[in-house]
Amino acid sequence: MKARVHVMLKNGVLDPQGEAVRHALGAMGFGGVTGVRQGKVIELDLAEGASEADVAEMCEKLLANTVIESYQVEML
Amino acid sequence: MRAAVVVFPGSNCDRDLAVAFSAAGAEVTMVWHKDSALPDGVDIVGIPGGFSYGDYLRCGAIAAQSPICRAVKAHADRGGYVLGVCNGFQVLTETGILPGALLRNAGLKYICKTVELKVETSDSAFTDGYNQGDVIGIPVAHHDGNYFADQATLAELREQDRVAFRYVDNPNGAADDIAGILSPNRRVLGMMPHPERAADVRHGGTDGAAMFRNLAGVMTAA
Repeated sequence: MKARVHVMLKNGVLDPQGEAVRHALGAMGFGGVTGVRQGKVIELDLAEGASEADVAEMCEKLLANTVIESYQVEML
Repeated sequence: MRAAVVVFPGSNCDRDLAVAFSAAGAEVTMVWHKDSALPDGVDIVGIPGGFSYGDYLRCGAIAAQSPICRAVKAHADRGGYVLGVCNGFQVLTETGILPGALLRNAGLKYICKTVELKVETSDSAFTDGYNQGDVIGIPVAHHDGNYFADQATLAELREQDRVAFRYVDNPNGAADDIAGILSPNRRVLGMMPHPERAADVRHGGTDGAAMFRNLAGVMTAA
């Protein structure tokens, strides 16, 4: 069993990397991109019986820094 | 003064920090990230700059979960002194010993240069060797030094006089120009600039030496 965790900077936290990607897209001629936010995806292979709550605890304690990041857990 | 300097895989300012402590008269022990206890009688723990665990996941995130960091947290909870420089500051925020987080520099570039810092408070063992309002030159060398905290935390830091240093000319986008902050009991300092790199005439500057000298004075007296 697997879980996929999406970690993103919270709204209101400046994402300079996303901004740099937006500028690059504009410079390449891709018009109409008004914002880019860059995050990360973490895939976990889990033993049977692991719950979404377990993964949420992993996010709270390590995978995300909740001062600046939000996370979403997807059980696969 | 008995100092311990933590070494993580990827630390690269550990020796510089140890040299600065010992030049001020400290007896210094290096401690490895897998150690689960600090040497007996340690007054101050130094968490050095570098790239602990390759900055994997987030700067300082893996280091914050290492066995030695549990001992450092217990030391801080007992009222022990801790100095975290650069990656050490990132580790202190990741452990929750200090509030906030360090984001990627607003300009996206790694910055390595001497910057001017304004001493915002002399009310701590770290900053008592300076006068409030002093401007000192200390090198920065970081990619993720952009201090972030929510508005309530920033207000609390201001009200409790816990901003130790502010950048005169903010190089990285840090909130409120913050370069270094103190814990509520004023015994833990986290800062992005490197005082240990300005502690000897051969460094090209000695403005950081007063911090180590003053710490040694406080801890010898105690």
